Amino acid sequence: MNKREPLIRVVGRAERVGKQRVLLTVGAIVLALAFGAVFLLIMGYNPLQVYATILSGAFRSKLAREGTVKVMIPLVISTLGVTLAFKMRFWNIGAEGQIIMGAAFASYFALYCAHWNHWVLILVMFLAGAIGGGLWGLIAAAFKIRWGTNETLLTLMMNYIAQHIVSYLRDGPWKDPEAAGFSKIARFDSNAALDKVLGVHFGWIIAIVLAVIVFVYLKYTKQGYEIAVVGESHETARYAGMNIKKITLRTMFLSGAVCGICGMVQATGADVTLTTNVAGGVGFTAIIIAWLGNLNPFISMGIAGAFSILEKGSTVVQSSYGLSADCADVLQGIVLFFVVASEFFVRYRFVLRNHKEAK
Amino acid sequence: MKKFLSMLLVVVMMASLFVACAPAAKEEETVSAGTSEENTEESKGLFAPIAKEDIKVGVIHITDPAEGSGYTYTHDQGIVGMQKALGLADEQIIRKNNVNDSDTTAIENAILECIEEGCNIIFATSWGYMDTCEAIAEEYPDVIICHGTGYKSNGKNFINYFGRIYQARYLSGIAAGLKTKTNKIGYVGAWGTDNAEVTSGCNAFAMGVYSVNPDAEVYVKVTNSWFDPEGEGAAAQALIDLGCDVLSQHCDTPNPMLAAEKAGVYGVGYNSDMAKDAPKAVLTSTIWNWDIFYTWAVQCVIDGTWTGENYYGGLAEGFVGISELSDLCEDGTAEAIKEAQDKIASGEWDVFDGEIETNTGDKATSEHYSDVNWYFKTVKEA
Repeated sequence: MNKREPLIRVVGRAERVGKQRVLLTVGAIVLALAFGAVFLLIMGYNPLQVYATILSGAFRSKLAREGTVKVMIPLVISTLGVTLAFKMRFWNIGAEGQIIMGAAFASYFALYCAHWNHWVLILVMFLAGAIGGGLWGLIAAAFKIRWGTNETLLTLMMNYIAQHIVSYLRDGPWKDPEAAGFSKIARFDSNAALDKVLGVHFGWIIAIVLAVIVFVYLKYTKQGYEIAVVGESHETARYAGMNIKKITLRTMFLSGAVCGICGMVQATGADVTLTTNVAGGVGFTAIIIAWLGNLNPFISMGIAGAFSILEKGSTVVQSSYGLSADCADVLQGIVLFFVVASEFFVRYRFVLRNHKEAK
Repeated sequence: MKKFLSMLLVVVMMASLFVACAPAAKEEETVSAGTSEENTEESKGLFAPIAKEDIKVGVIHITDPAEGSGYTYTHDQGIVGMQKALGLADEQIIRKNNVNDSDTTAIENAILECIEEGCNIIFATSWGYMDTCEAIAEEYPDVIICHGTGYKSNGKNFINYFGRIYQARYLSGIAAGLKTKTNKIGYVGAWGTDNAEVTSGCNAFAMGVYSVNPDAEVYVKVTNSWFDPEGEGAAAQALIDLGCDVLSQHCDTPNPMLAAEKAGVYGVGYNSDMAKDAPKAVLTSTIWNWDIFYTWAVQCVIDGTWTGENYYGGLAEGFVGISELSDLCEDGTAEAIKEAQDKIASGEWDVFDGEIETNTGDKATSEHYSDVNWYFKTVKEA
């Protein structure tokens, strides 16, 4: 036996699939909850009680369930947006900015065309949101194609530009004239707000419809196939006679457009105004969800649901036990850490020194 | 097929989550703050009385009361005071901390969670909560929502509460005016003249200074934020560099006082007694006694005497005031303040009575603090 062999080696393995994979994820979640429990015990709380409160906080009443769904809607839509780009291996880290721009484009009509016919206005805002987000995404794709810029950096940095554009609008041209000098954008007219269906603005219907569309688009259409091929290998795509530039531009526009729709839904459905917080980190969480969901729209929806439960439930934990919001973040972090780490074991495994490989 | 199976499993997992918490959903109904139809004729209240044991109070804070000195801390001290005064149990107070006031979804969820837990009355302490409060109050007419510092209300279950803090600022100006040697006094303000709350406070402070020291000038520096720890410290330092030897502030952190202490000059704090932060600098602090309002409001709900009117208390009610004068104050400060305080509290005279000369040479009058968008004649913009 070679003495210089390390104690533990990482060895690649055939990718785990199906049942094994689900078991791995479930195991990771159980481990995460166990570690979270230790953390809570150290903090002096009863972990079972806290976990139960998270669940009850997310589901205990109609209001709570509606709240959870409200948290879930933007997560789902923006996850669908980044999924499109990720499938092409185009690292769109700019969902946040695309959400903001979509919201800003839609807000123009909400603020200045509020007297329009309700459904015309909603439709126009929807399209404006899609175009706003889409154009913001397109910029990064165009730069990449023309000058070979790094899309991860560019999309990331454009988030901040988008955020400051909204700050500018809030402090300048769109400042609420009735706010006595305070910087804020007025609350939209109720005519410009999304209607409620079953107690929650109908963004949830948009989210479900989009999920189906994105699933079908990626799996069963020619364009979806092109995205997959470009994502796997540019050479193959070129060999097959695909126009990579066109596909890249089109896909990034769509990716941004879906995120823009998310922004429109948030601004007109949830917030009923435009704030610099309209994206509020959703665009980043979406990246994690898209990967955990293996870029499958329906699995992503389930994961977004789990995130929403954790998020909504922890605010109740916070007020019930005086547990600070930071503790809730630690809990979320622990769960994420374990689940993401478990992905490692899908493709790799550890081998101990002296451990004869039983092939 | 295996993919399909794994998807199915996820769905089953989600479903089991839903089932697992079904028993917890039993508190479906929200408790209402009483219905107006039960009103008897002799009670002027809009809502029926609620037994003290049944009352539940919600509080929405922009930061965490644990910050220990500024805006949220003082509001929470007011809540604690109200709880003690009325003898409410801890479970009767629901606090929602760190609710970002520009994140509408978070505000809405926080308020709805309070309603869900059965709150009859909710205090939303930050300015940015206003529009969301207005919308939710309309949707839940049986829940009383009180919004601090804003300007909207509906005369029923959504009121605005604020106070004549300018009266307290006038008193603190007296302490500063007597203390200064350079005749330059600094004022760190959150906003400029388009914000009447800050501007009226700055003027009242300057007028207090003027009443005892007509030669002193007040230099104001604006941070353009309610809460900007770094900017507030930097503005204070700039004023000190300008030669100011007493600083006052209208912003949320004690950093201007800490800057004053570090530079060996003096200061007048705000929100809570900042002598605890900078004992070697603070002469006194203008303070809010929020408990006066919170106790009154909750008592109204208990008694069924809620009228839906806005609250605007001052020195007379003890709603605003100044903290105990420190030993750093000049001799005679206490007497001068006492004299002014008596005049204001008795209603004999108020700070903005009559015509006032502005720093542009015009004359201004003011009915309410909200129309003060000019600076007093001794105020200079630094």
